[in-house]
Amino acid sequence: MFEQLSDRLTDTFAKLQGRPRVTDADLDEALRDVRVALLEADVNFKVVKTLIATVRERAIGENVIANISGAQQTVKIVHDALAEMLGGETATLARATSGPTVIALVGLQGSGKTTTAAKLAASLRKEGRRPLLVAADVHRPAAIDQLRALAKQLALPMESASETTLIADVTNAIAGAAANGRDTVIVDTAGRLHIDDAMMDEVASLVSAVKPTELLLVVDAMAGQDAVEAAAAFKARLPITGLVVTKVDSDARGGASLSIRAATGIPVKLMGTSERLDGLEPFHPDRIARRILGMGDILTLVERAQEHVDQKEAEESARKFLESRFTFDDFYKQLQQIKKMGPLGDLMKMIPGMGAIAKQLPDGPTAERELKRVEAIISSMTTQERVDPTLMNGSRRKRIAGGSGTTVSEVNHLLKQFKEMQTQMKQLRPMLQGGRLPRMRM
Amino acid sequence: MKEGLARTRFGFITRLFAGGETSSKVTEAWLGELEEALLRADLSVTLVDSVMLQVRDIVAFQKIDTVPRVLDAVRDALVAVLANGDRELRGAGQKPRVILVVGVNGSGKTTTAAKLAKRLLQSGETPLLAAADTFRAAAIEQLETWAGRIGVPIVSGRPDGDPAAVVFDAVNAAIARGNSVVVADTAGRLHTKGHLMDELGKIVRVTGRAREGAPDEVLLVLDGTQGQNAIVQARQFTKDAQVTGIVVTKLDGTAKGGAVFAIADELKLPVKLLGVGERADDLIPMDPRAFVDALLPKGA
Ligand SMILES: Nc1nc2c(ncn2[C@@H]2O[C@H](COP(=O)(O)OP(=O)(O)OP(=O)(O)O)[C@@H](O)[C@H]2O)c(=O)[nH]1
Ligand SMILES: [Mg+2]
Repeated sequence: MFEQLSDRLTDTFAKLQGRPRVTDADLDEALRDVRVALLEADVNFKVVKTLIATVRERAIGENVIANISGAQQTVKIVHDALAEMLGGETATLARATSGPTVIALVGLQGSGKTTTAAKLAASLRKEGRRPLLVAADVHRPAAIDQLRALAKQLALPMESASETTLIADVTNAIAGAAANGRDTVIVDTAGRLHIDDAMMDEVASLVSAVKPTELLLVVDAMAGQDAVEAAAAFKARLPITGLVVTKVDSDARGGASLSIRAATGIPVKLMGTSERLDGLEPFHPDRIARRILGMGDILTLVERAQEHVDQKEAEESARKFLESRFTFDDFYKQLQQIKKMGPLGDLMKMIPGMGAIAKQLPDGPTAERELKRVEAIISSMTTQERVDPTLMNGSRRKRIAGGSGTTVSEVNHLLKQFKEMQTQMKQLRPMLQGGRLPRMRM
Repeated sequence: MKEGLARTRFGFITRLFAGGETSSKVTEAWLGELEEALLRADLSVTLVDSVMLQVRDIVAFQKIDTVPRVLDAVRDALVAVLANGDRELRGAGQKPRVILVVGVNGSGKTTTAAKLAKRLLQSGETPLLAAADTFRAAAIEQLETWAGRIGVPIVSGRPDGDPAAVVFDAVNAAIARGNSVVVADTAGRLHTKGHLMDELGKIVRVTGRAREGAPDEVLLVLDGTQGQNAIVQARQFTKDAQVTGIVVTKLDGTAKGGAVFAIADELKLPVKLLGVGERADDLIPMDPRAFVDALLPKGA
């Protein structure tokens, strides 16, 4: 998500900055480009309209026309307007001052509420909380079984409601939570359309009986223009306290979900980043703004590395690297660790200035497939071959290609790349051992 | 159809007719509203730009300049985009006919598989459902509940089992029992996940081993509330799973599903069915004229 929008804006800004002085026509053209980029990213058309009007007004107010630094100024005005749209501070989840904290999830059908409920329970437990899951989707077939299965996977308790006694069941579950040593109750509700009066009445009664500490609206990152209207309707009926944007690991540009804050004032609090139960992250508007604007997000990258990369193994690899003992085995291990951090292209884009390079990489599935091919080739090597690639003669290469479902030329290509890497290591060694690592310029 | 889509009719669009009268002239402000209406319906910017260019053309050069006549012209252009291709489900007469239901997470695949089985049952076929989403928790139970409701037999996989094997077994079961059609539900997957898309490719291939030439139909289920990403989804699924038709769901809300115009235009994929609710009967054949009328309603 996010980065595709960034690419479009970068092109627009580059064009603008190529001009000696910004003319009226230049400004119009740039704003037209920004508008198209935002609309293609599913940013709500009303939000786009307001944003463009704000930018134009400020640009005129700040005299960008014919000014030497007009292009720079315009870029900054667009940056600021976008950052404002996303909201400033990171919004956190509130806790109840007395009794268990109750978090209820609501939203349209298929937005990802049930999975989010389980992820939220997992992430709060990691923070030392003791969550109870409550399945209150009494409408979709097997929705309760789904949450039960997820609770079982997490070894967390779950209670369920039935259709005729929905409100009583949920309030009882909450009332009993403390006695069972549970300090947080997460309630999953049925998906519903904002224009379905009967269903909206149902959830409104539930919410007024339960009085949740947090009432989160779950929105799909791939949503279109209508998302703002739906969110506004939910907000009109319910005291929504925050937004969860799901399926952020798609390549959607996410503009609709990000427009909701601008249009309704509901802050985005969390985002779902994978199908796995650990795929829920806090939403940092400032970092997201930096990513959209192509300025990188080094903080998130470092956090992911800390979480997924085994420190000891990394040090071991680095030492082997220095001693030129780096083998295909080490290479394989490193690939595994990097893979845990997320798709390659996404990682690259978090590094300031790397967005343009990341664009040269094959897109999502293709990059992943290439990685898989490399893995398959290494897996088909014998232990000896991994340590000593010089063993690799024609028949071994043929065997490896056969075993990994690749071609001999693909095997050759990987071997060549690995050899080049080793050569580079040798050249780097004196420099690295001479003292510090060369610092990366940011 | 009319009834299903009628629920989406009210709202901003009525403003387009604010002048109301048949003779009201097209103004610059009205053109702005028309553009907005199209964008709001999730039509791609490229398509909207081309529609608006054509509209300005006919207003300027063909003197077609009253609101109703321009709206009719726009409707006709949009209907033409959707009228492309054959909307009949493929594989009639195959024994058994095999239909795979695919798409991203939460788009409405399982519900659509059940609704489709019911439609086929009502048209005199003897469907068999295949629960091949072995990944998502309780996905099998979900389809089993539906199978019970609509009275259709089902072949289920085991949780975490091989989805391709489930479809393979279901096709063989249909051959043995004489079921005329297999409708297979698959796990939701993001089109960006290479390994999951590869898995889908494998399901398609293995299905072909159970019956030469199967699957006859690979239906991509698109959530009608989605925006421009639907186009990217359609591209990738078509590449990896040879999609032959589209189903757009959740059109009983206020979303218009306008992203499908770009899909029909670019990929020449026919939109075959529409989901207009959560009940078994809420699946209707695509009628391009009615679909466009829901987007730009007649009268006010
Ligand atoms: N309003 C409305 N809801 C729908 C429609 N089709 C499906 N749904 C609902 O959308 C939700 C998700 O539908 P599913 O059929 O489970 O979607 P899926 O694609 O199988 O989901 P996964 O298997 O989890 O990827 C359910 O609550 C359905 O009842 C429709 O046409 N209109
Ligand atoms: Mg499903």
